Amino acid sequence: MGSSSLIVLALAAIVFSAGAMIVSRIFVKRTTNPQKGEPYECGIPTEGSPWKQFSVGYYLFALIFLIFDVELIFLYPWAVVVKRVGWTSLIEIIIFFFILFMGFLYAHKKGALKWM
Amino acid sequence: MWNLAGISESIQNGLNRALSPAWALTVEMIIVGISVIGLFAVLGLILVIMERKVSAYMQVRLGPNRVGPKGMLQSLADTVKLLVKEGLTPDKADKFLFNLAPFIAMIASMLLLVPIGFAKNFQIWDLNIGVLYLAAISSVSVISILMAGWSSNNKYSLLGAMRSGAQIVSYELSAGFSILAIVILSGSLRISDIVMAQENGWWIFKGHIPVLIAFVIFLVAVTAETNRAPFDLAEAESELTAGFHTEYSGMKFALFFLAEYVNVFIVCGIGATLFLGGWMPLHIGTWKAFNHIMDYIPSSIWFFGKTFFLIFVIMWFRWTFPRLRIDQLLNLEWKYLLPISMVNILLITLVAIMQWHF
Repeated sequence: MGSSSLIVLALAAIVFSAGAMIVSRIFVKRTTNPQKGEPYECGIPTEGSPWKQFSVGYYLFALIFLIFDVELIFLYPWAVVVKRVGWTSLIEIIIFFFILFMGFLYAHKKGALKWM
Repeated sequence: MWNLAGISESIQNGLNRALSPAWALTVEMIIVGISVIGLFAVLGLILVIMERKVSAYMQVRLGPNRVGPKGMLQSLADTVKLLVKEGLTPDKADKFLFNLAPFIAMIASMLLLVPIGFAKNFQIWDLNIGVLYLAAISSVSVISILMAGWSSNNKYSLLGAMRSGAQIVSYELSAGFSILAIVILSGSLRISDIVMAQENGWWIFKGHIPVLIAFVIFLVAVTAETNRAPFDLAEAESELTAGFHTEYSGMKFALFFLAEYVNVFIVCGIGATLFLGGWMPLHIGTWKAFNHIMDYIPSSIWFFGKTFFLIFVIMWFRWTFPRLRIDQLLNLEWKYLLPISMVNILLITLVAIMQWHF
């Protein structure tokens, strides 16, 4: 169908979700109660705001992920031509992986992969 | 009835005869949109009842058996129930992001349907970078999860979203590597080319042990990417109530739920396409007669059969393995799966260059 299918499908998703919400709004019987708007916390009043610091470990993993993800994108064009290029491609990728693996080992040594 | 490509072609011919080209295209777009919505809804209903029935029989009980024959209409009844439930928005939540998140989840999983080949010559758009497109769009869904968790203003939601973000981005790497293995072997990013490359046997049979390793890694990684047990830390109900969708209720929750189940279908469809030949019937090398017999089974049945088999395997995982802890989960990815899949890529390159595959 060509590239217009992307717009069609995105629109279909929006129409479907919005339609479902509108239909449910028609059927729903709304009631108001001050306690309904409180955060769900097993019946106890919330202590403090959750919008504060959280573990730095998540950032570390996200940073390492970024390196590997960019490298994965570099590999796609390489993967398409492996069969045509032959042995040169294997040697090149070994060098590429070697450098990458050194970085990975460095991150491992620094303790970035250890969960705190 | 099962020849989907024939149906789509006859509809297209009929439209072109009856209407001017611009109108024919518009009507075609509307038909595609409606059928995709229908597929979405039907998949959601089928997968929910399948999940409940499979888990019931694995635990030696009957599962839902009241609504409809053998309880098969249970998920329809659940949908009606969710439709009449009030959707709450917490007072302190970031209301814009809170309401936007389910839409993004839906759009991401809807767009993933574009390059999947459901049957022979039956694809919404056979784009030349299909595999790269799938890898790119599938990482959008993590944004919706982070958005939902952050905007809810609830500690459980935030923790669940953070965990699921770390988990999804980590396992995306090994999923990407195992997809890359098939790209190396078939030498194309186009989904139809990858399927045609399996005409004389599926890659899982043709590619020796490296492809088997890649297949196992792919299954593990997509189980983690779709947040399913044993990797369902994002919604570990015993510690985080419901994870990132704790505050969601009514139709917004239903949309998240639907997107999650359709994502399971899509990743299994990708796995079936790459490793098990997609719509390609079971062919063995040059056995002409055998291949010809297999061709009599329609290609759409092959695709959906393989996909639902993989979905069953993923449901089977859920009742076989206990849930991992977050540090075990990240260790498994970064210290085992990632190095293994990097070495595996080198092995597959060797196989591809030496032409060792059949």
